[in-house]
Amino acid sequence: MTVESSTPAGGKKKAAASRPRKRAAARRPVRPKAEPAPEMVQLLTPEGERVEHPDYSLDIGHEEIRGLYRDMVLTRRFDAEATALQRQGELGLWPSLLGQEAAQIGSGRALRHDDYVFPTYREHGVAWCRGVDPALLLGMFRGVNHGGWDPTGNNFHLYTIVIGSQALHATGYAMGARMDGADIAVLAYFGDGASSQGDVAEAFTFAAVYQAPVVFFCQNNQWAISEPIERQTRVPLYQRAAGYGFPGVRVDGNDVLAVLAVTRAAAEHARTGQGPILVEAFTYRMGAHTTSDDPTRYRRKEDLEAWEAKDPILRLRRLMERENAADDAFFADLDAESDALAKRVREAIRTMPDPEAMAIFENVYADGHPLVDEERAQFAGYLASFADQHEEN
Amino acid sequence: MPAEKMAIAKALNSSLRRALEADPKVVVMGEDVGKLGGVFRITDGLQKDFGEDRVIDTPLAESGIIGTAIGLALRGYRPVTEIQFDGFVFPAYDQIVTQLAKMHARSLGTVKLPIVIRIPYGGGIGAVEHHSESPEALFAHVAGLKIVTPANPSDAYWMLQQAIECDDPVIFFEPKSRYWEKGEVDTASIPGPLHAAKVVRSGTDLTIAAYGPTVRTALAAADAAAEDGTSIEVVDLRSVSPIDFDTLQRSVEKTRRLVVAHEAPVFFGSGAEMAARITERCFYHLEAPVLRVGGFHAPYPPARLEEEYLPGLDRVLDSVDRALAY
Repeated sequence: MTVESSTPAGGKKKAAASRPRKRAAARRPVRPKAEPAPEMVQLLTPEGERVEHPDYSLDIGHEEIRGLYRDMVLTRRFDAEATALQRQGELGLWPSLLGQEAAQIGSGRALRHDDYVFPTYREHGVAWCRGVDPALLLGMFRGVNHGGWDPTGNNFHLYTIVIGSQALHATGYAMGARMDGADIAVLAYFGDGASSQGDVAEAFTFAAVYQAPVVFFCQNNQWAISEPIERQTRVPLYQRAAGYGFPGVRVDGNDVLAVLAVTRAAAEHARTGQGPILVEAFTYRMGAHTTSDDPTRYRRKEDLEAWEAKDPILRLRRLMERENAADDAFFADLDAESDALAKRVREAIRTMPDPEAMAIFENVYADGHPLVDEERAQFAGYLASFADQHEEN
Repeated sequence: MPAEKMAIAKALNSSLRRALEADPKVVVMGEDVGKLGGVFRITDGLQKDFGEDRVIDTPLAESGIIGTAIGLALRGYRPVTEIQFDGFVFPAYDQIVTQLAKMHARSLGTVKLPIVIRIPYGGGIGAVEHHSESPEALFAHVAGLKIVTPANPSDAYWMLQQAIECDDPVIFFEPKSRYWEKGEVDTASIPGPLHAAKVVRSGTDLTIAAYGPTVRTALAAADAAAEDGTSIEVVDLRSVSPIDFDTLQRSVEKTRRLVVAHEAPVFFGSGAEMAARITERCFYHLEAPVLRVGGFHAPYPPARLEEEYLPGLDRVLDSVDRALAY
């Protein structure tokens, strides 16, 4: 689908004839920003000051602001606890979301329950918004499963480790939703690194061609392990959407209010049959890629410090203080709640049982496979032979 | 309903039509499957009757076809995808191996991926590069996938029905050089389980295991050998994952010799797995090592050489002679 160029003067008759087909495009609530208009949507400055944007407004009360703040604080605390658990040997690996709380909470809270989310492996904040028990996220990083939650329970698909694969799954799901006549949005999360993957490009193509209700939500955290964004693209990522014929918008990914407003509009765009849309949340991975990574080998301390000044939680806290949006009791309660969450997660991971050996053979096929049955029986016999030895001894 | 005589291509078309009629969640998708009816016309007329949402012309992107089919399956659909030619499946290999095959297990059984991937495969049609390959072993190695391949119109019709009904991903390899061979199809009764091998010719001196395009070659070899007084049993495996080793074992215990014939390269091919397993199961029955005849460890050759490359009648008979000489 291409956006037709504007009709030149004198061509009014033709324009009138084709107007009904162009109406949807004209009514888009979100449109690609052309340079040099403000490239990034921001509703809250790093200093915690609310600012207006011509296309996006957010009518939000203090209670809802407190809710967003609570989500971000609890997510960060959970994330820090998981990192600590990895250091203590309880997890094999942990991909921290530190710094991306606003991008994830803002987008996660913009969704309805019947929307469907396809995450990468770092969407712990979105999982929180979807109601997935944080402790369940840890199973795969402890090594007891490859994804421990029912994706249909919270409309939150399993974490996908192969970079960008899930963009196609989201698009196919959205194609199905469109055929079903369902007015839902499907969120495809991915990162700046994934934007180089062919699957993401193919997802853009399929979504555009079938007008699938997908919101492509790209968290540009500036780093794909050690490779900076310059190694992935020569143009701002949100601009790529234009080449596929759907709108793209860049939002300040450390501004939870802007992310909420932009994602709400994007989801509504998808739900109302206007096809896909790309949101680039401009943010920063303040931590390492994972606990196995050492970012001091490839990035400067000053860069990190510049982004720490734009911290998403700090910024909302400043707004709350500025507007007296919460009293001391709120913050004290939240501290206690954070401690309780960390304690619960710690206990959950320490008491998480290892799977039985025979779980290797479970769910390989839905309808079974004789080879799996044969190898299961052989392996069970092999294990049983040790039990016999123990008895003999 | 009386049996009807039709070609494999027509049997596949009729089977797809039946599936589309029976289940509104079945969708057919692939490159050129709509208006054109597919480059082999397997989907001929289906889009006209079922519409563009049920018979979907996709962008020219194989990973996109399989990746979006996974999403459709998660939404409750049963996609029947087409990869236009064997050699074009590799852009989708990542989605098939890392996602499609593993997602049911990854989800601890909570999601199912009832996706069929139809792939016309094999050589013998004088095509250019990448249009004549037999990549079944590359998929059989992957747990989570099932792989079947019919050799006659009745199996083409019924195995496709069964593959579509299966809750697991099934790769459905269609022997493209046999598309226009005719046979009886009884659309009223299911001939047997999807993954069961069939003894298609009974014999006493040697078993040839074949599937897809090599079944006819094996039958021709059995005819030729009969003239020399050798009785060959032919087993049509029909399924490469799982392989019906019980049927194969019964045959080899009787004939004591096994030759496996497939168009795919012999090295690390399905014949190697059969040789290993049948040796283990029939060690004391075998009079000769299990022999394999198939493609060479070389790129599929230009069309003018494919008769040399493919396991044709003479090369199959040569393997039979070698097995009988032990």
